[in-house]
Amino acid sequence: MSETLTIGKALNLGLRRALEDDPKVVLMGEDIGRLGGVFRVTDGLQKDFGEQRVVDTPLGEAGILGTAVGLAMRGYRPVCEIQFDGFVFPAYNQIVTQVAKLHARSRGRLPMPIVIRIPFGGGIGAVEHHSESPEAYFAHTAGLKVVAVSTPADAYWGIQQAVASPDPVVFLEPKRRYWEKGAVDPDATPDPLFGSRVVRGGDDVTVLAYGPMVKTALQAAEAAAADGHSLEVIDLRTLSPLDLEPVFASVRRTGRCVVVHEAPVTLGLGAEIAARVTETCFHSLEAPVLRVGGYDTPYPPAKLEEEYLPDLDRVLDAVDRSLGF
Amino acid sequence: MPEVDVLSETTEMVDPVPGAGVPHLPDQPDLVQLLTPEGERVEHPDYALDVTAEELRALYRDLVLVRRWDAEATALQRQGELGLWASLLGQEAAQVGAGRALMPADMAFPTYREHGVAWTRGVDPLHVISMFRGVDQGGWDPVATGFNLYTVVIGAQTLHATGYAMGMQRDGADAATLAFLGDGATSQGEVNEAMIWAATFAAPVVFFCQNNQYAISAPIERQSRVPLYQRASGFGFPGVRVDGNDVLAVLAVTRAALAAAREGSGPTFIEAYTYRMGAHTTSDDPTRYRLASELEEWALRDPIARVKAHLSRSGLADAAFFDAVDAEGDELAVRIRTGTRELPEPAGTEIFDHVYAETTPELAQQRAEFVAYRASFEEA
Ligand SMILES: Cc1ncc(C[n+]2csc(CCOP(=O)(O)OP(=O)(O)O)c2C)c(N)n1
Repeated sequence: MSETLTIGKALNLGLRRALEDDPKVVLMGEDIGRLGGVFRVTDGLQKDFGEQRVVDTPLGEAGILGTAVGLAMRGYRPVCEIQFDGFVFPAYNQIVTQVAKLHARSRGRLPMPIVIRIPFGGGIGAVEHHSESPEAYFAHTAGLKVVAVSTPADAYWGIQQAVASPDPVVFLEPKRRYWEKGAVDPDATPDPLFGSRVVRGGDDVTVLAYGPMVKTALQAAEAAAADGHSLEVIDLRTLSPLDLEPVFASVRRTGRCVVVHEAPVTLGLGAEIAARVTETCFHSLEAPVLRVGGYDTPYPPAKLEEEYLPDLDRVLDAVDRSLGF
Repeated sequence: MPEVDVLSETTEMVDPVPGAGVPHLPDQPDLVQLLTPEGERVEHPDYALDVTAEELRALYRDLVLVRRWDAEATALQRQGELGLWASLLGQEAAQVGAGRALMPADMAFPTYREHGVAWTRGVDPLHVISMFRGVDQGGWDPVATGFNLYTVVIGAQTLHATGYAMGMQRDGADAATLAFLGDGATSQGEVNEAMIWAATFAAPVVFFCQNNQYAISAPIERQSRVPLYQRASGFGFPGVRVDGNDVLAVLAVTRAALAAAREGSGPTFIEAYTYRMGAHTTSDDPTRYRLASELEEWALRDPIARVKAHLSRSGLADAAFFDAVDAEGDELAVRIRTGTRELPEPAGTEIFDHVYAETTPELAQQRAEFVAYRASFEEA
C-alpha cells in the first residue's frame, strides 16, 4: 500500500527501517537526538532506538566524520548528519583524505560504509553558508559516491540503499523540497540506487537535472509544452557514478541537451556531463550541450537568491537557445 | 559486503553511551561576581572596579537599549520582515560588559549573536539587521568599527582573532583582540588550534566564551566534562569564570585580560557563565530540549534587573532617569522598525561586484549576460 509522504518524512521512515534492519547502523550528528535534527528528519528516532544508536554529538564536524572512520573500521555503519551544506567543510579533510581513500589504500581491508547526509541547495531565504551546492567537490574525489534525491520514494529507498552500500555515500537532500509530497510504497521493489531515470518523456530537447532542480525542470517542461515544445526530463539521481546511458539514448533522439543545477556553472557537474554527451553523441547533436546553473559568485544574500538560482525561465531560455541552433 | 571482513567482529552494545549525560559540572560554579542578583555591590580580591555613577548609568542604558533592539528584531522576524534572528536575550550583560572593556584600537571578532558588542562598537543596528533580512552579508565596516563581520561557521573567527592579534604584536600596537565564541564552539578543532597558536606566540587575544548552556539543543554536558574555563590551563594560559549576567564583573574581568594581553602576557580564556533565555534562533523550538523550570530559575538572575536595583537602592538614579532610558528605547524601536522596512532592495548586479578585487573576464561576461537577460524581461 502506498502512502503519501513528504521527502523529510520519507527519509525519517527510511532511516527507521535502516536502524531496524541492521544493529550496526548508528546515526550521529548535531542536534539529531532530542531535537530530531534542525529539519526534524531524525524526529523520534532517539526515543525509539536509544542514545547508543542515535547519537547527539559534540559540535564538531571533523569529529563526527573522523570518529565515523574508526567506527566503520569496527564494522559499524555510521550515518552522519551535517546540519547544513556550508558546515561540511570542517569535515572535508576527513572525507576527502580518509573516508574516500582508506578502502583503496587498504586494498579492500578497510571498508568505509559511511553515509554523509547533507541538506543542500538554496531557496529557503537563509543566511550565508545555509544554501550551498558542494556536490562537485565530492564527485571530484575518487572513492566517494554521491547521490541527490528529488522525490519521497527515492528518499525513502535511497537512504536505505545508501546505508546498505559498502562504500561511502554523500547523500544530498534538497532542503527546499523537504516538504514536497509524493507516493511511497514500502512494499515495492526499489530501483537500484545508482541510476538515472526519465521522469517525463519528450522529443525536442533532453533536460537533465538532479535534486531540487528536477521540479524546476518539470515545471519548465510543462511551460514548454504550452508553447508546443516537448522536453524530455531526466533525473540523474546519482552524481557519482553518473548513469548516462539513458541520457545518451535520449540525446540521440532529441539531438539537444540542457543540463541544469544550482551550483556555479564553472567546473560544475554540468561541465562533465556536457563533455561526455559531446564525446558520445557528437554526430546526433543539433546544438551544443548547454548549461544552466548558478553564477560564479558566492551564494548571495537571501534577497538576491531568486536572481541567482536557475528558475523555469532560465531553463526555457536555454531550451530556446538550443532550439535556435 | 567487504571483501575482507576481519575487523567487523560483533561486539555487544551497552546502553547508555559511556559518559553520556553524566552531570559533572558543579552546581554552584566559582564565579567572579561584583553585583549580586539582588543588586548588591560586592568586592572580589582579584578584580577591583572603580565605576562612577555616570558609567553605571551608561551601562544600564546599554543593557536596556540592546534588549530593546533584540526584542524589536525578534518581533520583526515574526512579522516576516527578517528571515531569521539570533536573540541575545539573557546575554546582554556578557556582551555589553565585554564590549565596553574594549579600547578603540582593539578589535572584536564576533559570532552571529553579538548584537550587544556591535552596539558598544557603534555599529548601526540596521547594518546588523540587514544581514538577517537577507539584504547583504554584513553591511558595516569592520576596520572602521573595530568589529569584524559576523562569522556563522562555528569557531572559524577564533583563528582570525589570533592571527590579527599576532599582527598587532608584530606592529608593536598597544592593542588586543577579543574573540567571541559559544560553549558549543569549544568542541571545534579550529578553536583548539586557535588556543594553541595564541599560547605559542603569546598573542594578545582574549577568548570570550559565552557559556549560555546550550549549543542549539545540546547541553554543555555534551561538550565538556570539566568547567570550560579550566580547559585554558591545558593550553598554558589563565582561565576565569565570571558571572555572565553581572555587567560589572564581566567588565572588570575582560578589562584585566585585555590589559594583560596588551602588556605582552598573552591570552586569557574567559567563560561568561550565562543563559540563553530565548530560542537558539527564531527557527528553533527550545521546548523540545529544556524545561520551563530552568528558565524560571535563570530569570531570577536577570542582568538588567540587578543593575536597576543597585542604581535605585544606592540613589544613583531616579525614576526620571529610568523613564528617560525607556523613552529612548521606544525611539530606538521605532527607528529599527521603520528603518528595517525601508532598507533598499539590493540590485541584482551586486552579486558580481565584489567577488574579486580584480574581476575576471568570465565574471564580467556573466555580469553582462545577467544584465541583458534581466533587460529582456523589462522589454517584454
Ligand atoms: C561548523 C558549523 N557547524 C554547525 C553549525 C550550525 N550551528 C549554528 S549555531 C550552532 C550551535 C552553536 O552553539 P554555541 O557555540 O554554544 O553558541 P550559541 O549559539 O549558543 O551562542 C550550530 C550547531 C554552524 N553554524 N557551523
